[in-house]
Amino acid sequence: MNELTVEATPENIQVITAFVDEQLEQYDCPMKAQAQIDIAIDELFGNIVRYAYHPEIGSATVQVEVVEEPLAVVITFIDQGKPYDPLAKEDPNVTLSAEEREVGGLGIYIVKKSMNAITYEYKDGRNILKIRKDF
Amino acid sequence: MNIEKAENGTEVTLSLSGRLDTTTAPQLEETVQESLTGTEKLIMDFEKLEYLSSAGLRVLLTAHKALMKSGGQMEIRHVNEVIHEVFEVTGFLDVLNIV
Repeated sequence: MNELTVEATPENIQVITAFVDEQLEQYDCPMKAQAQIDIAIDELFGNIVRYAYHPEIGSATVQVEVVEEPLAVVITFIDQGKPYDPLAKEDPNVTLSAEEREVGGLGIYIVKKSMNAITYEYKDGRNILKIRKDF
Repeated sequence: MNIEKAENGTEVTLSLSGRLDTTTAPQLEETVQESLTGTEKLIMDFEKLEYLSSAGLRVLLTAHKALMKSGGQMEIRHVNEVIHEVFEVTGFLDVLNIV
C-alpha cells in the first residue's frame, strides 16, 4: 500500500490525482476505470478541501492499495476534520427539470454509481472513506 | 483543461480538452460568461474532454439556464462513454441538449 499526506487545499486535488494515476498505470488499469476513479477523487478529496476543516486548513491522507480476486483498487481518504458521513445523505432527485435542479449532492451520487463499493466510518477522531473499483 | 473558442455570427463553439473538474470549472464558467452576450447558440464540443465531475455539471447547468432564459440554446457534442454515464446517472441526459 502507498499513501500520501498533503494539506487539504484545492491545489492538492491535482497532486492526489497524479499520485493515484501513477499507481493505476503500473497495474494497467483500464482507461475508463481510471477516469471514473479520477472523478471520485475530485468529488471526495474536493469535499474534504471544502468542508472538513473549513475555515481552517488541515491535512488529509490518501491510501492506494491494489487487491486481487477480483482485481481492484481500494482508495482510502482520511481526514481529522468535522465528522461527516457523505453516505448518510439522501440521494438527489435526478428527474427534476433544468429550472428546478440544483447540483448539490450529485458528486457523491456519481461516486456511488461508478464505484463497486463505498464505505464510511468515523474512528479515533478521523473520517475514513473507502472506495473500491474493480478493474 | 484547455478551451478553444470559435465564433460564427451568433453561434459560439467552445472546444474543451483535458479534465473538467473542481480545479478547471471556474475557467469554463468565466469563458461562458464572456460568451453569453449576443449568443443564440452555444456549442460545447467535448471530443477531447476526458471526463467531468459535479463541478463541471454545475457550470453546464448554469450555462444551459442562462441561454434558455435569453431565448438561445446550448448543445453538447461528442460525449465519450465516461461522460455519457455521468450525464445518465445524474439525469442530465434529459436536462441538457446532448447530440
